Amino acid sequence: MPASPSIAVERLVKIYKTVPAVDGISFSLLPGSITGLLGGNGAGKTTTIASIMGLVIPTSGRVTVLGAEMPRERYRVLHRMNFESPYVEVPMRLTVRQNLTVFGMLYGVDDLRERIAELGRQLDLTDFLDRPTGRLSAGQKTRVALAKALINDPDVLLLDEPTASLDPDTADWVRGHLERYCHEHRATMLLASHNMAEVERLCERVIIMNKGRIVDDDTPVKLLARYGRRTLEEVFLDVARGNGAESEAAQ
Amino acid sequence: MTDSIANAPSPARPARPAGSSSRRIAAMMLRYWYLLRSSWPRLLDLVYWPTVQMVTWGFLQYYIASNAGFFARAGGTFIGAVLLWDILFRGQLGFSISFLEEMWSRNIGNLMMSPLRPFEFMTALMVMSVVRLSIGAVPVTFLAIAFFGFNLYGLGFALVAFFFNLVLTSWAIGIFVSGLILRNGMGAENLAWSIMFLFMPLTCVYYPVTTLPVWLQHVAWLLPPTYVFEGMRSLVVDKVFRPDLMLDALVLNAVLFAAGAFAFVKLLQSARRQGSLLQTGE
Repeated sequence: MPASPSIAVERLVKIYKTVPAVDGISFSLLPGSITGLLGGNGAGKTTTIASIMGLVIPTSGRVTVLGAEMPRERYRVLHRMNFESPYVEVPMRLTVRQNLTVFGMLYGVDDLRERIAELGRQLDLTDFLDRPTGRLSAGQKTRVALAKALINDPDVLLLDEPTASLDPDTADWVRGHLERYCHEHRATMLLASHNMAEVERLCERVIIMNKGRIVDDDTPVKLLARYGRRTLEEVFLDVARGNGAESEAAQ
Repeated sequence: MTDSIANAPSPARPARPAGSSSRRIAAMMLRYWYLLRSSWPRLLDLVYWPTVQMVTWGFLQYYIASNAGFFARAGGTFIGAVLLWDILFRGQLGFSISFLEEMWSRNIGNLMMSPLRPFEFMTALMVMSVVRLSIGAVPVTFLAIAFFGFNLYGLGFALVAFFFNLVLTSWAIGIFVSGLILRNGMGAENLAWSIMFLFMPLTCVYYPVTTLPVWLQHVAWLLPPTYVFEGMRSLVVDKVFRPDLMLDALVLNAVLFAAGAFAFVKLLQSARRQGSLLQTGE
């Protein structure tokens, strides 16, 4: 018997005033899967993630996360989800430990002291735990945001550009950690990114959006084969410039 | 192409419990306490204006009282009004500033995505408004005793009734303003600083309601703080505590609080429809 999806998006439509941000998309993600959400600016990635988080009320369609309909039943499952996004920050005046304490309490984490120490070790933050978050470097702040996103050991992890503005070494380290986390904890991860190498490395499935619609959805290997390209970046450029696989086949 | 399901390595883990409501409220109070503790300008700001106001009005009253019979009889009304006005104004500001801290630090998305429910968030903000009020106002009440011999605590039980009614009004307005900021972004921030001044002339902080034109008196009596300031003058000038005024204020406050909470829920819904919870800039 197949497992029920962690995230199910059915015919999701979101229109801001008269502008459709998401236009009838559907997809399902099973527990333990890592999926990339690709698309240019304004493709609808952030609105899709916000709808999954329950931050946005869909114009029509249905989103369920861990069996709860979003946003109506969000409080049944929000403690089992978490996210990281460049649109939000943790308070900069609070120390790393204070921030993690507050978020740990909000998410109902038991043995919080031990959990913070564990995250400190895993994310190499132990030396900075009692330093104000605002005084950390960009890379350290990203690790703090990641620690916040992992504080409740989430079953569903939504990440919007998790390695933006990081140097290649730190970005690679973060990717490795996320990959390990999902595999060890059987967590479902949806990752919106402009970094094709990141998506290629982490994701077993890629959903490509353009103008609010899903224009392709497959494994990275099959996408490369279908578009006849060597990298996802080339596939992305084909989609962004309207040179989709179907139009190429027609030519 | 769509509606496909990815290959999954394994089924999901058993669900973890959500944690208690009181713990989430405590988390938010802890967050604001950490912030206050880490920033002396924030602490100084809590005490600075109440002190300046009290000293200015206190000296004005001292001057007038020594030159006019009526004001000599009405001794204490100005300082009493200043201190009670500060409860109303600082109560709302304490609520709104704690809320604005989340907007300034771009943390509101984190909170809205967390299991924190709106009523828990609002409860934490209400408690913090009393904490901030205490830090700012209590030292000033002692200064009023030292400088002008006005003992606010001498009002006894009446002070409890005044305080409770004023704080209820400040929370109702604070909740409403928070909803407006959530819905409209930081463009509505100025309301947090200025909205209470709309109440100042109408609630007759420094003069009796009869001073207003008759038609405006009807408006004034719709506002709960009017009853408190009239009650304070009755107590200080005529030495009579008016429980009827306090009960009227309580009923109006219940209506105002319910209206503020209702507006907040509707504005939050609207913010979710407009997608403005992730766009917390101007």
